[in-house]
Amino acid sequence: MSVSTNRFEVRKFVIGGVAIAIVVVYMVRLFTLQLWSDDYKKNADSNAFRKDIQYPSRGLILDRKGRILVYNEPSYNIMVVMHEQRGVDTLDFCETIGITREDYEKRMTDIKDPAKNPGYSRYTPQLFMAQIPAQEFSLFREKLFRFRGFSIEKRSTRQYTGAIGAHILGDVAEISQKELEEDSDHYYKSGDYIGKLGVERSYEKQLRGVKGMRIMLRDVHGRTQGHYQDGRYDTQAVPGKNLTLGLDKDLQELAERLLTGKLGAIVALEPQTGEVLCMASAPTYDPRIMVGRDRGKNHQRLSADKMRPLLNRAIMGTYPPGSTFKITQALVGLQEGIIDPQISFPCSHGFNYKGLHVGCHGHASPINLVPAIGTSCNSYFCWNLYRMLSNKRKYGSVQAAMTKWKDYMVAMGYGYKLGIDLPGERRGMIPNAPYYDKAYKGSWNGLTVISIAIGQGEVTATPLQIANLAATVANRGYYMVPHVVHSIQDGELDPLYRTKKYTGVDRRWYDYAVAGMRKAVIDGTCRGANLPGIEVCGKTGTAQNRGHDHSVFMGFAPMNEPRIAVAVYVENGGFGNVYGVPIGALIIEQYLNGKLSEASQKKAEHFQNMHIKYGDYER
Amino acid sequence: MLQQETKYPLLHVDWVVVLLYLVLLTCGWLSICGATHELGDTNFFDWEVRTGKQLVWIGCALSLAFVILMTNDKHYDTLAGLFYWGMVVVLVITPFVAKDIKGSRSWVNLGFCNIQPAEFAKCATALAVAKLINQYGFTLSDMRNFAKAAGLILLPMGLIVMQKETGSALVYLAFFLMFYREGMPGCILFTAVAAVAYFVVGIRFSETELPGTLSSVGEFAVLIMIWLFSLGMVCVYAPRTGFVRIFLPLGLGAVGGALAFSRWIVPFDVSWVLLLLCIGMSLYMVWQSLGQRAVRWLLIAVFTLGSTAFLYTADFALNRVLEPHQRLRIQVLLGMNEDDRGAGYNVNQSKIAIGSGGLEGKGFMNGTQTKLKYVPEQDTDFIFCTVGEEQGFMGSAGVLSLFLLLILRLIYLSERQSSTFGRVYGYSVMSILLFHVFINIGMVMGLTPVIGIPLPFFSYGGSSLWGFTLMLFIFLRIDAGRKRRL
Repeated sequence: MSVSTNRFEVRKFVIGGVAIAIVVVYMVRLFTLQLWSDDYKKNADSNAFRKDIQYPSRGLILDRKGRILVYNEPSYNIMVVMHEQRGVDTLDFCETIGITREDYEKRMTDIKDPAKNPGYSRYTPQLFMAQIPAQEFSLFREKLFRFRGFSIEKRSTRQYTGAIGAHILGDVAEISQKELEEDSDHYYKSGDYIGKLGVERSYEKQLRGVKGMRIMLRDVHGRTQGHYQDGRYDTQAVPGKNLTLGLDKDLQELAERLLTGKLGAIVALEPQTGEVLCMASAPTYDPRIMVGRDRGKNHQRLSADKMRPLLNRAIMGTYPPGSTFKITQALVGLQEGIIDPQISFPCSHGFNYKGLHVGCHGHASPINLVPAIGTSCNSYFCWNLYRMLSNKRKYGSVQAAMTKWKDYMVAMGYGYKLGIDLPGERRGMIPNAPYYDKAYKGSWNGLTVISIAIGQGEVTATPLQIANLAATVANRGYYMVPHVVHSIQDGELDPLYRTKKYTGVDRRWYDYAVAGMRKAVIDGTCRGANLPGIEVCGKTGTAQNRGHDHSVFMGFAPMNEPRIAVAVYVENGGFGNVYGVPIGALIIEQYLNGKLSEASQKKAEHFQNMHIKYGDYER
Repeated sequence: MLQQETKYPLLHVDWVVVLLYLVLLTCGWLSICGATHELGDTNFFDWEVRTGKQLVWIGCALSLAFVILMTNDKHYDTLAGLFYWGMVVVLVITPFVAKDIKGSRSWVNLGFCNIQPAEFAKCATALAVAKLINQYGFTLSDMRNFAKAAGLILLPMGLIVMQKETGSALVYLAFFLMFYREGMPGCILFTAVAAVAYFVVGIRFSETELPGTLSSVGEFAVLIMIWLFSLGMVCVYAPRTGFVRIFLPLGLGAVGGALAFSRWIVPFDVSWVLLLLCIGMSLYMVWQSLGQRAVRWLLIAVFTLGSTAFLYTADFALNRVLEPHQRLRIQVLLGMNEDDRGAGYNVNQSKIAIGSGGLEGKGFMNGTQTKLKYVPEQDTDFIFCTVGEEQGFMGSAGVLSLFLLLILRLIYLSERQSSTFGRVYGYSVMSILLFHVFINIGMVMGLTPVIGIPLPFFSYGGSSLWGFTLMLFIFLRIDAGRKRRL
């Protein structure tokens, strides 16, 4: 016995070795399962956790007097869990929610398409159809038990109290694929809503609030088994903040009314704060059509419209500033010592020098600063710019003089975006020396570019920039960056909107500009803006362009304690005093008096009905 | 002196094993707590919940252990036959009195609880086989003796298969590990392992094409294995014969040449070259055996030819003989079929549960996968998932280590037995334990087939716990009395 046993005793090592080998292999396997990757962990979480998202209510938008402009209304989303969706009577389903069979199939295919729905999972609710109105929804809810796998998610849609302010208020809609990809915080999920235009977009973060999440445990049968860790990791939804705009609802209404049947923009600012009192762009649209399921259709229709109603001309339209620009020329000339208030320039129906002629209308000649602004003398400002650009003694070269000039323009808010809190602002155009060097191959002088002196030529600006000029003059030398939002609930406004921006031109020179603008109203080009009891200062503009001239007005009131600065642009409206001045005056009257006089009301109606016929050319 | 020792067997009990047993039992019960715990329900001691019941089974097991330690160890040898044949009778009766539970007729209702006789039959078989091998002059190399021993094992195995408890029946294969210790030729064990390897590799990669050729990776790899195993056997059983010096370079050259030819000239099935090589080798060995009159050459030739035949029949068996659901199970196990909702569901979910545990686990009773019932049979066959999920790598590696310690300790204890009876019985206990741990933990990690056998001391249920307690403590009692036999 012992002989044979001893022969095999070494085999205990083999057997022990096998046992050890098995355990070592299993340890390695455990290591790869548990420590090598967290795939299994993720898998487990998606198994067991159902994340219920709590949507916060979006902040309200109010006007400067606390009147509601935008609020929320309940609506319902139909969700579907593909894995559970089985044996649904498609015909009944489609009839209940009013869609076609093809539409149903398409929605189902889209849900499963990872390109269109990146977060797709068979086991989580996917958005089937958004924003079902309350009446269709109630029928659907009754039949819901028959549609296995479908469920309802309560959401809200935006509603507007009036047809006004579409460009400022903007709208919300389902987040696009592109926006999802740009969302670096991964806050949004497919099907979420996001502000698309206006303050809905620029204040998206404040308005939306923060989504909450309840992590629910889900067992193998999909039944909810309470909160994970008794809700320790749940987060509460934080409601969105209300926005109070600087906008005056009545003023905005009037502005949009006055632009009926025309193309153009009206911008009114509060000079001390830079708040936008009204901002109208015509043509406009009713923001209420951008709500709900028809948004896509309506949006497409508006995009295709040749008159471009989606364009907010107040900040996206760049026009030649025309004669309103002369104020800036005067201020630069005064500050640089090119002119003084007493110096006079000749005007023989225009500026005539070295064979160049810039026309002007008939008025006394020679003429000094204040009457030159009052009568909007072209010649005066051409002389002014020419003397600046040809002053080699002071600047050394025309390029250096041009650069100096450009710096003033930029300091006054031209040539770059002002930084208003609305998406899509354009910068306008202020030419600089390299620009002309390139355009004229280095050979140019003050005469070559003389038309910029009167706001023509290469210079363009947005109506907002012109309104900002009026505000700067009203403030005698500084402006606040224009902004739409007055205050954010429990929040601070961007410090950008709380800082004074000085233009580099002394206050005393502004007094002459004010005097000139006042003179224009009393006995100059702006007589139509001379309101009883209000000291209005103004400046007309007649901006030449390819078609009929644009009618422009810029002004502020009252002269000594300015409360409103306004710019009016009516495309192809002709002389400044045809549309610009009377419309500007109505805006000023409405804001300062809180109402229009009877005569003014008639006037407003008159302008509301004055429609300009526009051609088909591209704008 | 001798009398005193039998009076106080507790003094000589191996406390290491007892301690490991108690620790494993505790871990097991805590795992059941984690697995069966439902949200908001914290009463583990209620008779109505499984944790409460398991406590009762544990209490019974501990009493059983104590009683066994108090018995006289001489009885085991004498009563082994009676116990064995008694169990055989019970196993024969069982399918007729047992209720059908999920297709298996192995549970006998005793009124207050259900008992699975198969769990106790292992112990009886171990004792009976130990008694048989203990007989004077018994050697396993004697074919008649070997057949007797194998018969003792195959009888209960067959009876359990008839109860449709294939898993429990397969456990009896563990006895062959003990046979190996007792002198069964290693080549039998090796052949068995090789057969498994051929099957797994051959089937798993049967549909993958070897780059540059027209042959399947599975067939190619298995033929390479056969060639190498044959050369290895020649090295062990017929060294210094120059055989390897001929066939190693010949094989390398033939395979290399065939691969190169197929890759750059005309693609063809290179397995043919290997097949011819293996057949050529076998013929050479047969010729050798005829010339030298040496049986070992013939046996190696049988191994080589048998392996080759096995390769080509396994594929046939899988596709023609096996039922579709059995085939599916095999394919899922080999990772050929990702059927996560059907046959692969259990294993996939248990892998997720274990994998989600990470290093430190989610904490006691914080497992989400097990608690929310994603893992099936999580308190019985898949109990190890709970350990993996709630205790993480540290916990599950710890449990594995405890089992390894217990197994190694049992090998040590078996080797110190003065009697063949004790040693054979000890190795049987060890082998059965190892087989259970190997299959069960491998199964939840997706390494071994899903054979429904419990994890000793962990899985919920009285029969399995008592069966293992009985087996282990009988061995401890034999071990405690070993000195008296000197």
